[in-house]
Amino acid sequence: MLKVTSRTKRILVPIISILAGFLIGAVIMLIWNYNPIQAYSSMFASALGNMNGIGETIREATPLIFTAIGFAIASSAGFFNIGLPGQAQAGWLASIWVVLANPNLPKVVLLPLAIITGIVAGAIVAGIAGWLRAQFGTNEVITTIMLNYVVLYSCQYLMQQVMPGSLRLDTDTTKTIAANGSLKIGWLSSFFGDSRINAGIFLALIAVVVYWYLMKKTTTGFEIRSVGTNPYASRYAGMSTKKNIMLSMLLSGGFAGLGGVVQGLGTYQNYFTQTTSLDIGWDGLSVALLGGSTAVGILLAALLFSILKIGGLGMQTIAGIPYEIVSIVIAAIIFFIAIQYVIGRLFKDKQKPDLAAAKIKNQVDNGGQK
Amino acid sequence: MSLVAILSLLVSSTFVYSAPLIFTALGGVYSENSGITNIGLEGIMTMGAFSSIVFNLTFAGTLGKITPWLGALVGGIVGLIFSLLHAVATINFHADHIISGTVLNLMAPPLGVFLIKAIYDKGQTENINQSFGYFSFPGLANIPVIGPIFFQNTSAPAWVAIIMTIILWWVLYKTRFGLRLRSCGENPQAADTLGINVYGMRYAGVLISGFLGGIGGAVFAEAISGNFSVSTIVGQGFMALAAVIFGKWNPLGAMLASLFFGFAQSISIIGNQLPFFNHIPAVYMQIAPYVITIVVLVLFFGKSVAPAADGQNYIKSK
Repeated sequence: MLKVTSRTKRILVPIISILAGFLIGAVIMLIWNYNPIQAYSSMFASALGNMNGIGETIREATPLIFTAIGFAIASSAGFFNIGLPGQAQAGWLASIWVVLANPNLPKVVLLPLAIITGIVAGAIVAGIAGWLRAQFGTNEVITTIMLNYVVLYSCQYLMQQVMPGSLRLDTDTTKTIAANGSLKIGWLSSFFGDSRINAGIFLALIAVVVYWYLMKKTTTGFEIRSVGTNPYASRYAGMSTKKNIMLSMLLSGGFAGLGGVVQGLGTYQNYFTQTTSLDIGWDGLSVALLGGSTAVGILLAALLFSILKIGGLGMQTIAGIPYEIVSIVIAAIIFFIAIQYVIGRLFKDKQKPDLAAAKIKNQVDNGGQK
Repeated sequence: MSLVAILSLLVSSTFVYSAPLIFTALGGVYSENSGITNIGLEGIMTMGAFSSIVFNLTFAGTLGKITPWLGALVGGIVGLIFSLLHAVATINFHADHIISGTVLNLMAPPLGVFLIKAIYDKGQTENINQSFGYFSFPGLANIPVIGPIFFQNTSAPAWVAIIMTIILWWVLYKTRFGLRLRSCGENPQAADTLGINVYGMRYAGVLISGFLGGIGGAVFAEAISGNFSVSTIVGQGFMALAAVIFGKWNPLGAMLASLFFGFAQSISIIGNQLPFFNHIPAVYMQIAPYVITIVVLVLFFGKSVAPAADGQNYIKSK
């Protein structure tokens, strides 16, 4: 058993989880006669081996940073916001719609307008769940899941039946947005080998800083965190639980909406019919968990996930290994994060033994048998 | 269309869509009554659907008509094995129940598709030849009015699910095992003091949910979708979870909630064949089950009334 400081331990646990996740992937590949070394090397080569790969990896990470921040804010307040896919989708459709409907507005007006509309759309969807929780105590896990489906089908309907036909190519795809509303930057794309990298990444970096400042340096962040840690004590200290529930869900949904916005205005330049919940929502959840909900952690975790996802595409074409292995590795990593208590026990704290921890450890050692 | 014809169409499609939800929701009831929140039902259903379809495609030729039933059993067993992940993580390793359940949901679809690609070298399977199909009760089907509505061309798995509900209700409320299971979800410390093996009971709860969830997924695949792909199970597990809460963590309640969701789902699918409903835009029918779930939760429940220790890890003390 290694002796480490608790700070080192906080870094080591995710790293071990990541390695263990890759190991699980390797074992599954071996069972089915794929070569894991070839798989992983082609994965890293295609994600990081050339400028286009790097650009695509950064592009892939961009929306995940937003959705992960969205998840992290809600979970700081004690809410499990599984509605990220729906909130992001609302943001995506809303922002594209604004740009398509006003192609002649100047860029300085149109782009911020579209972004803000997307944020508001995401915030409204999450706000419904927050309001129901604050007002009626309705379980937010169920409401956000249900809202995902409501948004999924509503977006199909809005696009196919309500959106003017002149804004669409066909029933399943909108027209490409005008450059006035796009986050594309020509020189950036060509620098990164004509990849779809866009200005979204700058917004994401700003968002990471804003998130860090909000949670660590402002009263609002402090209140959100304390409501999440102990709602009763917070109420006793004069904080409004309802206000903080609403606020954290609105912020959470707003960030998730932004994730959808960069997906639309940055990556795809249009909106097309979705048949299942958006991946960036689920992945954002995983990124936040892996990153321990810290600003830096989210940034690094988003990059790792993107390497896996972009690299996974390369792995499939180069090595002929099904792409799904990537998602299995991701799920395995989250599993190890979930059981980090066990992984943490591989290490001993360097400081003087914490009595409470030692007691729990003792209990658990004897917990298996009666 | 005559009234009897309309009702029989409605009842039979409600049954078809309810059956997978009932099985899975019953599983959820057992898991949550033992104290383990299980939002991984969706993933468990996916594994059940995957394995039953593979089994069905492999053995339909030799086993014939009984294949879907055995496929459901195989789905149940695979679901049980898959749910072990959740059990070990939450019961022994102190994992957050929601995160661990989410892992099941994240893991199952890619694992299923990966295995399909590894086995069949393509992204989705062929359609099965031996599906559950429709079933008519001999004798009962001939009763006037009631016969055609409830017993002709109906779903056999749904009837099995309804019988299972009654049995599982009886087990949960009338047997020693059920009482012990519930005590572990209400007050594990007290249960432990009385000599009940809390860990064992919670394992039982999760594994039962894995078995029933696997059957639920298998029934969905073999009665409705007919093949397996990444989009075979999209939301049924979450609907079942909602049915658990909607049904107040009681098997009978969960069954009624599942029947209601099945009704709402089938309305959105057969609505265009029905008078009155065919004038409502499809989107309202599609989102109705989800909106109604939210409304019902708000109107009739307010604060959740889950078993007191549901979702809390229990760490045994000396």
